[in-house]
Amino acid sequence: METRTQVAVLAGKLTRAATRRGGHGGTALPGLIAEKIDPAIVRRLGAQLDRSALITGTNGKTTTARMLAGILAADGRRVVHNRAGSNLMRGLASTLIEATRADGRLPAAATGVFEVDEATLPAATAATRPSVLVIGNLLRDQLDRYGEVDAVRDQWLRTIRDLPAATALALNADDPSVATLADEARGRVVLFGVDDPLPSVSDHAAEARWNPTTGADFVYDRVFYAHIGHWRCADGSLQRPTPQVRATAVDRDAADGVAFDLSAEGRTARVRLPLRGLYNVYNALAAAAAARVLGVDLDVAAEALNHTRAAFGRQERLVVEGRPVWLLLGKNPAGLNEALRTLHTPGARHHLLVLLNDRVADGTDVSWIWDTDWEALTPYVQSVVVGGARAADMALRLQYAGFPGADAPVERDIEAALQRALQTLPPDAELTVLPTYTAMLEVRERLGRRAGVPPIWEGA
Amino acid sequence: MMAGRSLRLAHLYPSLMNLYGDRGNVMALRARCAARDIDLQVDPIHIGDVWDPERTDIVFIGGGQDREQRRIAADLQSKAGALRDYRDADGVILAVCGGYQLFGVSYRDSDGDVIPGAGVFDAVSIHPGSAIQRCVGNVVAIWDGETLVGFENHGGRTYLNEGVEPLAEVVTGFGNNGGDGTEGARVRNAFGTYLHGALLPKNPRLADRVLQRALVRRYGDGKLAPLPDVVETRAHAETLHRSLRAAR
Repeated sequence: METRTQVAVLAGKLTRAATRRGGHGGTALPGLIAEKIDPAIVRRLGAQLDRSALITGTNGKTTTARMLAGILAADGRRVVHNRAGSNLMRGLASTLIEATRADGRLPAAATGVFEVDEATLPAATAATRPSVLVIGNLLRDQLDRYGEVDAVRDQWLRTIRDLPAATALALNADDPSVATLADEARGRVVLFGVDDPLPSVSDHAAEARWNPTTGADFVYDRVFYAHIGHWRCADGSLQRPTPQVRATAVDRDAADGVAFDLSAEGRTARVRLPLRGLYNVYNALAAAAAARVLGVDLDVAAEALNHTRAAFGRQERLVVEGRPVWLLLGKNPAGLNEALRTLHTPGARHHLLVLLNDRVADGTDVSWIWDTDWEALTPYVQSVVVGGARAADMALRLQYAGFPGADAPVERDIEAALQRALQTLPPDAELTVLPTYTAMLEVRERLGRRAGVPPIWEGA
Repeated sequence: MMAGRSLRLAHLYPSLMNLYGDRGNVMALRARCAARDIDLQVDPIHIGDVWDPERTDIVFIGGGQDREQRRIAADLQSKAGALRDYRDADGVILAVCGGYQLFGVSYRDSDGDVIPGAGVFDAVSIHPGSAIQRCVGNVVAIWDGETLVGFENHGGRTYLNEGVEPLAEVVTGFGNNGGDGTEGARVRNAFGTYLHGALLPKNPRLADRVLQRALVRRYGDGKLAPLPDVVETRAHAETLHRSLRAAR
């Protein structure tokens, strides 16, 4: 190994040890320091991996990567995985540094599983030359940071054109913005999708209303969430391609999760996913499609998916001071609408803690809350506490939805909001927490401390 | 108060021009009408639909990406003359962000293509190219002796022609072009602005102004019973503080 890379790895490991002693997560900091010393560190360390999978898309990256890592581990592979969700180049560097042994080498025959930020994809593919690139969806998110949605897709198109033919693509057939990326692929393409006559939903923030190449309108025979479903062009020029990895017989009300038949290449296995919502079926399909490319048997994949544990803050269940707490990240309209739909349980009367922050990682623009469908949740709400830096904006949104107590005082401080929610929670009731991204990190840390579970950067 | 009042709002291109929670503006008008026993009918007007100015009290258009703006351009041209006549007849208009740009004379988009606008506002918008920073962030502006708060996110810069009145004066943020301190435009009862957030829920006095102008035109009397607006004012104040604290 180059001296410079060795020094960078040592500096990274030193940083990691120092920050952990200080009690801070700092999942990206070791990589940030190491990149300053050796800017090519991800490429240099990544070259030692046997193969790797990159996972991108607006929503579901962390959960999909976690599912894929679980499948590969169940298949007996050694996995290097950025499990704490640090998905910029520095996060990949941190993960690779952590996996590097005392002799300066990564373990032999390891597979990399990396979730990658949408805008980081070009740099990450160039550095890792992945065996498979998974793209889950393209949804409206953080417009203040990424600019318009079309710019993200254009960047993906350029990245895919530059991929070596040895890199396979796993693409969502049901998202027209993603499925049509296959046109630019030089290597193998594996499409995944849901083949089930589920009822359609109507989301207010759907993108992809027409084919960017031909200008023909997309029409939908079925919408599963946002603009994801069974689409075709109105002029008949194009339609949803038939997926090779499919979910059928979806049962959205299976006990504590969602069940479906996972099919590929003429074989089928029942999956009982311990996470709720159709968006998690898509995450599981994405992971299964990547696992097919990496040569994992379908039954092994299905069985591993049955044992999926929620990633931190993503439908994660904790017990805090004897009270059940359910933490559902909702960071953009499509993701939050899906999270809200999982709460439409007949007869349920939820106690909610809703947390809205507007830091850079949340999106500094909070207008997206007006594109989310709180109205449909109102009949299922017993009480709500509102918190976060933009709590007053959120309370106004919830007042419009007719939530009880939306005019009560708000708590901008997350700790104060959490305390109030726990104090006012009736005995035996469950607290459901709906936070934006940075609010989730903060409330998860505080809940984790109370619940005695490891912080996210050490979570298994 | 007069009983049985009703208003009709034409929501132009609601499925295309809806980028930044813009339906919140329609929700605000609907809720504020309902609280005063005014029946607000919302007519979505999609590409190819006929728009009837005679039946309309308020026209609303929200924001969209460049590609949506290109998409609606031809249809908007077919309605441009009627929209200008409606403006001259004191018809109420609220145009936000991309809709505001397209209600000007023209918009030169990020590819350098010029999209003709509806000409409701005597203003031109120019996108300086995707290499130039977008105007993004919280905005505080002064309108009619009080603050307007919201968020802006636009690549194009808007320049008001001689004699055109801006809607508001920028305190913090970019506004029309980041240079002349103006934000939005106002001609008769037509209001154009870059602010979303959504704009009307937390700027309730502007929402009521829009309704009053429409009521005066339809009924000759714009009286509106005051609403408590406690939660609205709190959201306004939070945005104000957040914007001004970050501005230094």
